[in-house]
Amino acid sequence: MQRVALFVTCLVDQVMPEIGIATVRLLRAAGCEVVFPEAQTCCGQPFFNSGFRPEARRLAERTIAAFEPFDAVVAPSGSCTTMLRVEYPHLLGDRPGWAHRARELAAKTYELSEFLTQVLDWDPPRRVAGVRVAYHDSCHMCRLLGLREPPRDALRRAGYDLVEMQEPDRCCGFGGLFSVRMPEVSNAMTAEKLAQATDTGAHVLATADPGCLMQMRGLARERVRIEHIATLLAASLEA
Amino acid sequence: MVSVDDFRRKAAEAIADARMQGALERATAKFREGRTRALAELPDADALRDHFKRVRAATLARLAEHLETFEQNALAAGAQVHWCETAEDAARLITALAAQHGARLAVKSKSMTTEEIHLNHALEAANVQPVETDLGEWIIQLAHEPPSHIIGPAIHKTREQVAALFSREVGRPLPPDDVGVLTAEARRLLREKFLAAGIGISGVNVAVAETGSVVLVTNEGNGRMVTSVPPVHVAVMGIEKIVPTWRDAAAWLALLARSATGQPMSIYTSVITGPARAEDPDGPREVHIVILDNGRSRALASPFEEALQCIRCGACLNVCPVYREAGGHAYGNPYSGPIGAIVAPLLFGVEAMSGLPQASTLCGACLDVCPARIDIPRMLLEWRAVEVERRLVPWYERVGERLAAWVLAHPRLLRLVRRLAATGQRLFLRDGQIRLPGRWHPAGERDLPALASRPFRDWWRENA
Ligand code: SF4
Repeated sequence: MQRVALFVTCLVDQVMPEIGIATVRLLRAAGCEVVFPEAQTCCGQPFFNSGFRPEARRLAERTIAAFEPFDAVVAPSGSCTTMLRVEYPHLLGDRPGWAHRARELAAKTYELSEFLTQVLDWDPPRRVAGVRVAYHDSCHMCRLLGLREPPRDALRRAGYDLVEMQEPDRCCGFGGLFSVRMPEVSNAMTAEKLAQATDTGAHVLATADPGCLMQMRGLARERVRIEHIATLLAASLEA
Repeated sequence: MVSVDDFRRKAAEAIADARMQGALERATAKFREGRTRALAELPDADALRDHFKRVRAATLARLAEHLETFEQNALAAGAQVHWCETAEDAARLITALAAQHGARLAVKSKSMTTEEIHLNHALEAANVQPVETDLGEWIIQLAHEPPSHIIGPAIHKTREQVAALFSREVGRPLPPDDVGVLTAEARRLLREKFLAAGIGISGVNVAVAETGSVVLVTNEGNGRMVTSVPPVHVAVMGIEKIVPTWRDAAAWLALLARSATGQPMSIYTSVITGPARAEDPDGPREVHIVILDNGRSRALASPFEEALQCIRCGACLNVCPVYREAGGHAYGNPYSGPIGAIVAPLLFGVEAMSGLPQASTLCGACLDVCPARIDIPRMLLEWRAVEVERRLVPWYERVGERLAAWVLAHPRLLRLVRRLAATGQRLFLRDGQIRLPGRWHPAGERDLPALASRPFRDWWRENA
């Protein structure tokens, strides 16, 4: 049995715990022992992206220390996974002692759908049928991690009918603080995204990023249902 | 000056302008499709881009040397070479050249660099009338507007708006639905200008050190008129627009046209190596090459050096979701879009351009398409770190970020803050989201997510 440490991300912990709960169920159903290191808080991405490097470094070091004892780390978030896997080694690259530890963590960190399909070769009972899902590629996940196929693969394995939007990898307009600093531009971007999603006639718009989810839900209201892949995938276990 | 608020304001205007939105969306979509198709035609586009990135980096590593070789060869070909440190130096020099030759009219061909140095203002102040001869540039000149795209300066204009501008210029109504008539009129008017001009001013797409040549590409043929009809030709180039050899120039031009418009090659490619020789039937008597620094050398050996690898193809603008909504004018300087957000702080100072590095979600679409694989998102992050260091972000953000980081690093404190916030938010909850009353809204129309009634970690304690 594989022992997996869950990096739940601050947004999921505080705002959307159902994503974390679904992730635990998925990993357990797939035969993993799940651990939640309670010392974790935030990966530091919001600070890193706004130029607050010392703050980002401190949170990065905290996260590394919290996850060091485990063999695999899984996060239900493309952008937080990117932070751990791609940015930590940059951020701590010139810090004696930390550079190595950052690389070690990077090498064992996975995004949820990637872990399910590529490491565990997940084979769910497929209890959902006839639900059309469009998948929104979150930016960091598809461009920096190169993960375009795993979330789609996972959704298909769960039994969903996947439909493609016109520009699945067009940014949803979130960008962390950007969405607050420039709300007009941010919202216009989200509106485009939602329009392209509704054009597909999909019942649900799925994403692997809590940040994108929050952004799109904030503007979608009744127009289209938006879900995290974790909750959609977990539905295939129950139904 | 372009602060966050300046960018916001101008972008909001563009977003509210449905016609501009339509024009922007159509034009950028056309460019994007063209680029994708044209690169797919190459046997190995990715390998060519990798090669090109290496060529650009290697050239910049020995920039001074290549520029000196270029100067020697350009002088040997009979051109005159001027080194200008600042925008003012360059504008003054070119205006003086125009005056020296008694020019009253200057024809110009596509040059962001002359926009950068505000050359048209300087010329007008010296009683020389500048006329843009690139169709797009001419349209925005008639509209008294700055360019909004590196290669498609009038990308934000509709055909109807163009017809109205041309009609005003020729003094009779022109049909908006007949592109043929519009371009024929433009050609007729511009021909007169070419013949009357005392000086021709152009940019430089790429300069080749081994022969001291400058290369200019256009799709309308105006470039070769500007550089050959008037008696004096002035070419303005940034120090970074150089390659050692013609082989490198070929890679540059192949990637430029494909990335910009999706063409395998621009329609016209003019190579200028010195002025007309005795046996030449035409061509300028004098060629002046202005090599402009204007802050570029500050980028060398800095985290921003890669920005100098840019060939101004505009591909990053066309894919940028922020540019696609905000349009080019929001960037408040000639260099718009993602690369503009890196270059403008370099050229005009990050203090003056502090809003631009913030105008991005760091989505990375720009990096995906750049022919020189310039890591724009990483440099945006660098600028943001510089802005924090130089205290260019408002004090409440600095305090807020530091406080937030501190709370996040202390789980017990986080628990307390969370409990307070969860109580406070009850006032504003609607359908499980926070909807703030109108003018307090930090996020415009968007709802904010509510804190969950129970965080994940509490669930975990019971279900571990
Ligand atoms: S940064 Fe790259 S994509 Fe953008 S204009 Fe320059 S060369 Fe083209």
